[in-house]
Amino acid sequence: MMIADGIEDEEKWLAEGIAGIQHNAFYLHRAVDSNNLREALKYSAQLLSELRTSRLSPHKYYELYMRAFDELRRLEMFFKDEERHGCSVLDLYELVQHAGNVLPRLYLLCTVGSVYIKSKEAPAKDVLKDLVEMCRSVQHPIRGLFLRSYLAQISRDKLPDIGSEYEGDGDTVMDAVDFVLQNFTEMNKLWVRMQHQGPIRVKEKLDKERSELRDLVGKNLHVLSQIEGVDLEIYKDTVLPRVLEQVVNCKDELAQHYLMDCIIQVFPDEYHLQTLETLLGAFPQLQPAVDIKTVLSQLMDRLSNYAASSAEVLPEFLQVEAFAKLSNAIGKVIEAQVEMPVVGAISLYVSLLTFALRVHSDRLDYVDQVLGACVKKLSGSPKLEDNKATKQVVALLTAPLEKYNDIDTALTLSNYPHVMDHLDAGTNKIMAMVLIQSIMKYNTCVSTAEKVDVLFELIKGLIKDIDGTLADELDEEDFKEEQNSVARLVHMLYNDDPEEMLQIICTVRKHIMAGGPKRLPFTVPPLVFSALKLVRRLQGLDGEVAGEEVPATPRKIFQLLNQIIEALSNVPSPELALRLYLQCAEAANDCDLEPVAYEFFTQAFVLYEEEVADSKAQVTSIHLIIGTLQRMNAFGVENRDTLTHKATGYSAKLLKKPDQCRAVYACSHLFWVDDQDGIKDGERVLLCLKRSLRIANAAQQMANVTRGTGGPVTLFVEILNKYLYFFEKGNPQVTSAAIQDLIELIKTEMQSDTATPDPASDAFFACTLRYIEFQKQKGGAMGEKYDSVRI
Amino acid sequence: MNYILGAFKPACHISITFSDGKSRKQVPLKKENGQTAMVPLFQSQENISGKISIEPVSGKKVEHNGIKVELLGQIEMYFDRNNFYDFTSLVRELDVPGEIYERKTYPFEFSTVEMPYETYNGVNVRLRYILKVTISRGYAGSIVEYQDFVVRNYGPPPSINNSIKMEVGIEDCLHIEFEYNKSKYDLKDVIIGKIYFLLVRIKIKNMDLEIRRRESTGSGANTHVETETLAKFELMDGAPVRGESIPIRLFLSPYELTPTYRNINNKFSVKYYLNLVLVDEEDRRYFKQQEITMFRLGETS
Repeated sequence: MMIADGIEDEEKWLAEGIAGIQHNAFYLHRAVDSNNLREALKYSAQLLSELRTSRLSPHKYYELYMRAFDELRRLEMFFKDEERHGCSVLDLYELVQHAGNVLPRLYLLCTVGSVYIKSKEAPAKDVLKDLVEMCRSVQHPIRGLFLRSYLAQISRDKLPDIGSEYEGDGDTVMDAVDFVLQNFTEMNKLWVRMQHQGPIRVKEKLDKERSELRDLVGKNLHVLSQIEGVDLEIYKDTVLPRVLEQVVNCKDELAQHYLMDCIIQVFPDEYHLQTLETLLGAFPQLQPAVDIKTVLSQLMDRLSNYAASSAEVLPEFLQVEAFAKLSNAIGKVIEAQVEMPVVGAISLYVSLLTFALRVHSDRLDYVDQVLGACVKKLSGSPKLEDNKATKQVVALLTAPLEKYNDIDTALTLSNYPHVMDHLDAGTNKIMAMVLIQSIMKYNTCVSTAEKVDVLFELIKGLIKDIDGTLADELDEEDFKEEQNSVARLVHMLYNDDPEEMLQIICTVRKHIMAGGPKRLPFTVPPLVFSALKLVRRLQGLDGEVAGEEVPATPRKIFQLLNQIIEALSNVPSPELALRLYLQCAEAANDCDLEPVAYEFFTQAFVLYEEEVADSKAQVTSIHLIIGTLQRMNAFGVENRDTLTHKATGYSAKLLKKPDQCRAVYACSHLFWVDDQDGIKDGERVLLCLKRSLRIANAAQQMANVTRGTGGPVTLFVEILNKYLYFFEKGNPQVTSAAIQDLIELIKTEMQSDTATPDPASDAFFACTLRYIEFQKQKGGAMGEKYDSVRI
Repeated sequence: MNYILGAFKPACHISITFSDGKSRKQVPLKKENGQTAMVPLFQSQENISGKISIEPVSGKKVEHNGIKVELLGQIEMYFDRNNFYDFTSLVRELDVPGEIYERKTYPFEFSTVEMPYETYNGVNVRLRYILKVTISRGYAGSIVEYQDFVVRNYGPPPSINNSIKMEVGIEDCLHIEFEYNKSKYDLKDVIIGKIYFLLVRIKIKNMDLEIRRRESTGSGANTHVETETLAKFELMDGAPVRGESIPIRLFLSPYELTPTYRNINNKFSVKYYLNLVLVDEEDRRYFKQQEITMFRLGETS
């Protein structure tokens, strides 16, 4: 309510002020039109008196000021024309100073001063100096700021700059610089003082008002930057030191932040580069609350843009040791501002790192140095708790990855892992993910065991449990995602040299083995396959000389694999281990390493016996075993017999009859390898088939007993298909008569009262019959074979 | 009735002209009736000469017991009206008793007249110079004519003219140091100075520099003191902080000042003061008054 009133009042006061200006402007115009100097002075002073108000906020005051400003322009035109008022400019300069009130007096003085400089009757520097001195009389912050900004405005085009008409005769560019600097200093003081005006006012409101006025102050710096004559030397010796002195001494955070920013924005990058030491020297002296990091980041951004702008400037950077200076300055700032939160320090390092990456992309040592400094800062405190700080660290770590697109580079940074150590477990994981994603994105191949070691050290958050992380905190899906990433990563590790590759594998193994039961199922398979890939490669290399001590031999790798998979089976994750054993066995088979392959099979069988308890899993496993075993050709008769016997035995011992049946008929393939020199034991094939048929029968009967209906005939049809297969393959034990019998059996079954109609098996059977018909029709040898089969 | 009126009507017309009246500088002088008239300006030691012509109203003769012209320097106190103190009185007899029938002109001259005091128009006191022509008549009363003129005396610049520098303050509240470039100013001078704020614990709103004139008349128990503020010049707007210095530049020419007069003929004194006034936000005034000496510098033009 009070505030609303305040705003209304302000509107009212502004309206009154404007009315006052308009009223006096009317008489002023009349006086000017009739060339009446005395009246003109009188009404202009009255007009300007409206600016003496203390009741307006800066925003509203500005509105009033602009109106007065317009009138002053008109008055200046009148002053310029001596013919009209008949008063020399010098007399005029005195005359306006007779005004009793200081504010109108000084506005008029500035206006006449402008004419005075233009007339060149006095050196510009003297007039400027007088004006800037006299303006001290206004100590009220808002009024003073506007008055001085008026002074800055009217003097802008009259500075004795190089090439300006006001230069010369003792007026040098230094006078212009001095003048602007002084006005700047005074304006800044007034601006800073605003905050002490009236304790009742709310600080936020004051801050808002102040920021509305900041550009008035900053304008001076802009003017300075526009002065042609301000070359590097003047900037270095005069402008910058004096501006910084003011910035530091004002001890006001708002001003310091704004002005440092201003300096960086308005002056050329080249100057910044050459005065880096001075500029940076000011930072540690700023108030602790100043957002130094933003400002410094700005500076570094600009400098790196500058460096990017042309290759020619790069030597300058080296010459002034820009990086060392920046790095040093940041160190000092952090040291000086004890209160600065960690996040501030780290974001400074992020900026510095960005700078280093952009400007000195070839200097990895710089990057490492930054990271090292960061580690030093972090080592003082325990793990980061602050969310923002963590984010900054992630940014810090991500920057080099993005720059180099290449994990290799990051891996050579010795401080990189140390920084990661300071992250909490969660962030560490995120960072590890970032690393992996980076590798994936750029398809980087990590090619030495050493780097792999570093890399896994970096992502250890994913690889193993870190103290203090409670497993149940983890989201299952996230965990899977993470581990899948690690799995993908394993495939990115590659070296053409088998020896090095083996080293890599060993290294990876070392790391992932620590992963614990939850991780191993994810991480072991890729490692196994990676190793198997190596095996295949070695197998391809024919140059292997037996007996010679070659570090990377398939045999060795298989030993390693054995250990790896064993770890998995202990986890326990028997089914997975079983599959992997089988994979290895197959690979060993291809390498003609019978004992090894046998060993793997043994392991697989042991697992099957001891660990695989679930009947479904058993079914799957047994089929895998059968499939793999079928392809084995390295085994001698004895070994093979042992294994096939085992497999057949397991098959018959499955729990459910249909499963038994299927496994048994699958076993038939173990005795009939459709290769040139594959085993072809027709008798045992038939045995298997008959046995499966028996089981199918038993299953059917069981169904009748338990449910009163016969089961579907699918099993029979499946067996029929096996018969047909072997029949076609030329197994002499499988005869057309047997097939005929089986067809009849199926038909009978289907027509029996107890049969349950099942469209799927009906269709299956129909298809099979159609196939037989088709073969018969086809004629030729096959047609003849089928001839005896009647449907 | 007509007779009576005729008796009061001046029987003749007296005019006083100065011999260098055309070339002599004329300055404005405020007369008793409030109007301003232009009158000639003299300084001490000058010859005052001219002509007095007496022209009887047509067809009448003026009978007289002698004609004289007096140069009078008078001090007039307003609270003691009609009581003049003549500090200078010079007489020239122009004519012996007789009759004037027609216009008659008398030259007169007061040579190197000592006129130590300047013409002054104050609040309670007036110092003036007049030429007084008296045609003495026995029964009809004398015929008198006055002519004012102004005296201003110019001096050389003072040989010693120190600046005024002073530190003043209220303990733990306000401490300032001010400096005026001189202690003696000529009437067209400019006061240049500075005010340093050494300690500021009050919220100052603004600061003015006043020129005050203190006119004291009479003596002893009858002393009347009248103080006028002739100028009020704002020096500063807003509240300064410690370490600020505020410039002073006050042109004296726009103000109607006189030189400092000290104990003029034991009747009155006129002194000038600079009064530095600080006003705080509660409109409390803090001030420091310093006497300055005004003097009139010989005009170059």
